[in-house]
Amino acid sequence: MYSERFQKSLAAVEAAREKNIALEPARMTAQQKEDLLAEFHPDYKKDEFRELKIGPNKGEKVPTELAETLQAHSRIKASDVDLNSIDYDVDVLVIGGGGAGTSAAIEAHEAGANVMIVTKLRMGDANTMMAEGGIQAADKENDSPAIHFVDAFGGGHFAAKKELLAKLVCDAPEAIQWLSGLGVEFDKDADGRMVTTHGGGTSRKRMHAAKDYSGAEIMRTLRDEVLNRGINVVDFTSAIELILDENGNAAGAVLMNMETGELLVARAKTVIIATGGAGRMHYQGFPTSNHYGATADGLVLGYRVGAKLLYAETLQYHPTGAAYPEQIFGALVTEKVRSLGAKLINANGEAFMHPLETRDVSAASIIRECNARGNGVDTGSGLAVWLDTPMIEAIGGEGTIEKRIPAMMRMFGKYGIDIRKEPILIYPTLHYQNGGLDIDVNGMTTNVKNLFVAGEAVGGIHGRNRLMGNSLLDIIVFGRNAGQNAAATAKDVTVGALTLDHIAKFESEIAEAGIETDVVSPKLLPDYTRKVNG
Amino acid sequence: MENMVNIFLFGKKYSVPDNLTIMNAMEYAGYQLVRGCGCRNGFCGACATIYRIKGDRELKACLACQTKVEDNMYIATLPFFPLVKQVYDIEKIQTNEAVMMQLYPEIYACIGCNACTKACTQELNVMQYIAYAQRGDFEKCAEESFDCVMCGVCSSRCPAGISHPQVAMLARRINGKYLAPGCGHLDTRVKEIKDGTFKELIEALMQKPLDEMKELYNNREIEK
Repeated sequence: MYSERFQKSLAAVEAAREKNIALEPARMTAQQKEDLLAEFHPDYKKDEFRELKIGPNKGEKVPTELAETLQAHSRIKASDVDLNSIDYDVDVLVIGGGGAGTSAAIEAHEAGANVMIVTKLRMGDANTMMAEGGIQAADKENDSPAIHFVDAFGGGHFAAKKELLAKLVCDAPEAIQWLSGLGVEFDKDADGRMVTTHGGGTSRKRMHAAKDYSGAEIMRTLRDEVLNRGINVVDFTSAIELILDENGNAAGAVLMNMETGELLVARAKTVIIATGGAGRMHYQGFPTSNHYGATADGLVLGYRVGAKLLYAETLQYHPTGAAYPEQIFGALVTEKVRSLGAKLINANGEAFMHPLETRDVSAASIIRECNARGNGVDTGSGLAVWLDTPMIEAIGGEGTIEKRIPAMMRMFGKYGIDIRKEPILIYPTLHYQNGGLDIDVNGMTTNVKNLFVAGEAVGGIHGRNRLMGNSLLDIIVFGRNAGQNAAATAKDVTVGALTLDHIAKFESEIAEAGIETDVVSPKLLPDYTRKVNG
Repeated sequence: MENMVNIFLFGKKYSVPDNLTIMNAMEYAGYQLVRGCGCRNGFCGACATIYRIKGDRELKACLACQTKVEDNMYIATLPFFPLVKQVYDIEKIQTNEAVMMQLYPEIYACIGCNACTKACTQELNVMQYIAYAQRGDFEKCAEESFDCVMCGVCSSRCPAGISHPQVAMLARRINGKYLAPGCGHLDTRVKEIKDGTFKELIEALMQKPLDEMKELYNNREIEK
């Protein structure tokens, strides 16, 4: 139920619904997209970025908040930790218990390695759990990995590392098969054919889903498998510094109990950073769809020991974050809502764009509609446009919403909005870290040996923008890949004497560059205490 | 500007704006959460919470991130509940009710009180999906339990000591792996890739100059 202030606009949306359903809005040309992004996408707002003064990406610009956390003090001094007192001694140390970390751990375990997961909250408290829409794989007859490659390469502005993207698309069907083999329930028809839809920027319907709990279904299954295998999971414990050995190779991490503050030492032959994204950094003041712990920790850990970042200046703002009611401000409204036929409608009832442009283009277009064209709806806490969900029932038949996007129906239903009958209000929300640590095709960082990265902490797989459904895919493909390669590499590793010398070295670089800061990192958790909006 | 309400966090009174969720209200009151907070969007089950409105007899359960505060709300979070999770090898498991008898025999001690269903934060018919599990109808159990976020509130209310979310997890994995129909086009594609069917095509794409890739992308045919 919408209050009086929305009624006029709502009436316009309803009056135009039939016409808007029939309408096929034109897609933008390459030039139109370029101009739109340059003027309205947050990545292009120059004053929101700062040049890094130290570290492997010195001279490059990243979001101000990220620069602050990358060029911050360590939480510890080397003398706080006794590296001779080893609490955990393993082959493969996985930092992070989301989709990438658990996939990596399962594969490393399968390969016979002694593997351990350390995670700062619970296993499964991760963006994977919240991925709603689906996972891409070119497994239908009219599709191929080559077509998938072209879609993702173009959608990412031709910037992806080609060998990583080729691996992503070629390993995609096997990733689906692996998940099915673990018992993940994908939406299928009676004959077993996958029910697939479009995502923004796809040229074939290759989005596989498990209703709109796709990520949750994958995550809980992976978690169950980790537990079945008896893999050691140390939860409520964060990695706060990597440990190198005397040869400069990754050799473990300093861990901190999140509740008691106790410091622990984990020694490992190989380390996998699978710490996920950065939505809780709230770049440019945006709300976020991300989980509580998404604070770019892995980027900080890696950067401090000299691992290089790639495309850290590119973030994804999901076009459809909930803009109303305020209790769910910034929460994800899955792209699948548009895949199923809902269109974006402005305050006047006009379908102002094609609903399935890529995410960066869609987000920029919504920002333009609200802020430059004056066609937004004032919600009382900001501007928004409509996402006309009743179209889904009109197109797909009654019951489609309950069957295909029950989480969305529930989320809005709790606040008295029946999305089968009423449209919803949306505005872009900070969703995904396109960039991250630079890896080779084996998943190892390009300049720190025995340090692997998987999942959202990786940069380069997607280029400068990611397509829907390629993230759930990348955590599985590159999570498994990192686990397999980290386990294989560990077989030939002899760990030298452990050292935390990099902390003092980084500290002196901070001083030499004249950086004055009292920030310590990794951030670990955002601080929402005594604030109204979390 | 805001209307304030009184809530009681673990019995202690705080005044908070009435438009906040329980989770936001705790933070507003000054809690820096470590436990009991995960996705903040209703998917992870970290913030199971039990509350009672003063003067009301009924004990209610919810997710703190998905529920608005009310005046005179007595709140206790349940950030962890000791569910029983049995381990098994998914490759070697029986796919009928025998597996339940072996791993979760307590489900047959269900007394039908329906406290689980009444407590479910997702409004699922929990007792019904346990009934399906009892008789080995894992497809129905999977369907009925699908939206479960494994918060554990159901189990906290169960006099028979059933770990409902873990029972459902097992049923869904069995259904997904063994009972759901196989997928021919997926198996075919995996085999084609292993046979190298697309190798040359992909390699050719990787060699293409940027202009040609742009041309290819901007003029590609999009399935209706």
